[in-house]
Amino acid sequence: MKKNWWKALAIILVTYTLLAGLLMDAPRLNILNETIRNLHFHVTMWFGMVILLTVSMIYAIKYLRSGEISYDDKSIEMAKAGVLLGILGIVTGAVWANYTWGEPWSGDSKQNAAAICLLIYFAYLVLRNSMKDEQQKARVSGVYNIFAYAAMIPLLFILPRLDPNSLHPGNGGNPGFNSYDLDSKLRVVFYPAVIGWTLMGVWLASLNIRTRRIERALED
Amino acid sequence: MKKFLTILFLCFSLASLAQDGAYEITDDSYKDQTVEMADTMRSNGKIYVVVAVIMILFVGLGVYTISVDKKISKLEKEVFKEKANS
Repeated sequence: MKKNWWKALAIILVTYTLLAGLLMDAPRLNILNETIRNLHFHVTMWFGMVILLTVSMIYAIKYLRSGEISYDDKSIEMAKAGVLLGILGIVTGAVWANYTWGEPWSGDSKQNAAAICLLIYFAYLVLRNSMKDEQQKARVSGVYNIFAYAAMIPLLFILPRLDPNSLHPGNGGNPGFNSYDLDSKLRVVFYPAVIGWTLMGVWLASLNIRTRRIERALED
Repeated sequence: MKKFLTILFLCFSLASLAQDGAYEITDDSYKDQTVEMADTMRSNGKIYVVVAVIMILFVGLGVYTISVDKKISKLEKEVFKEKANS
């Protein structure tokens, strides 16, 4: 028996995010004004991306340990869903930055790091398609996946924080993400939003994983 | 388990130490009328128009995703039927 409760949870949480994120009381902050609500949409994309890419990396390790090709299917589809959230994150970030920082791309250290991180994962997707043999493809891309993950962590979480001039909250002398996070009224929307968007990403990835499984069964 | 909990609590306490000098949101932030917000849109109820449009979009996308999910479940049943029987 397949368990589908988490799909319902994904829809409920995203619905809640859309409703509460737009309608609930938000703090009145200079520069940000009403755009503080983007916290529930733009920032959650990155949280979702990191979670999905973590899952992808775990499945890459599982594949390398066992040689079971179904783990590789899970790894690549999770990575694809993660990259999708990442692209949405960087585009929404550019829109948000245009109206708060004055230009869509200000060369902010976190923007650049996020772009490099996405390019590394684009290379992962291209690398996979360059190989014909299934096991070779899975092995090489599994190793690359671990490397890409290891590069992503300092790019997103360490380097931007070392730059004193970064515009992003939580970096250098700027207001920390934790200060928004600490605000209990924002938190009651933000955390469910992270779970909701992540589950949506997992759902979409699972559709592709199941399709791959059917394809493999038909090939045999 | 104990080690895990220690690390977990350490992370929390480090996070609270990192708050120094952070820009804080207080209750006053909610009342600060000098900051411009979309108050007109809220007072005349037009915000509900936006919310309604977004909700319709999301419901539509959700129904479509569920239908794809069901279709794949059906295919899975057909393809893996033999395996289940054997």
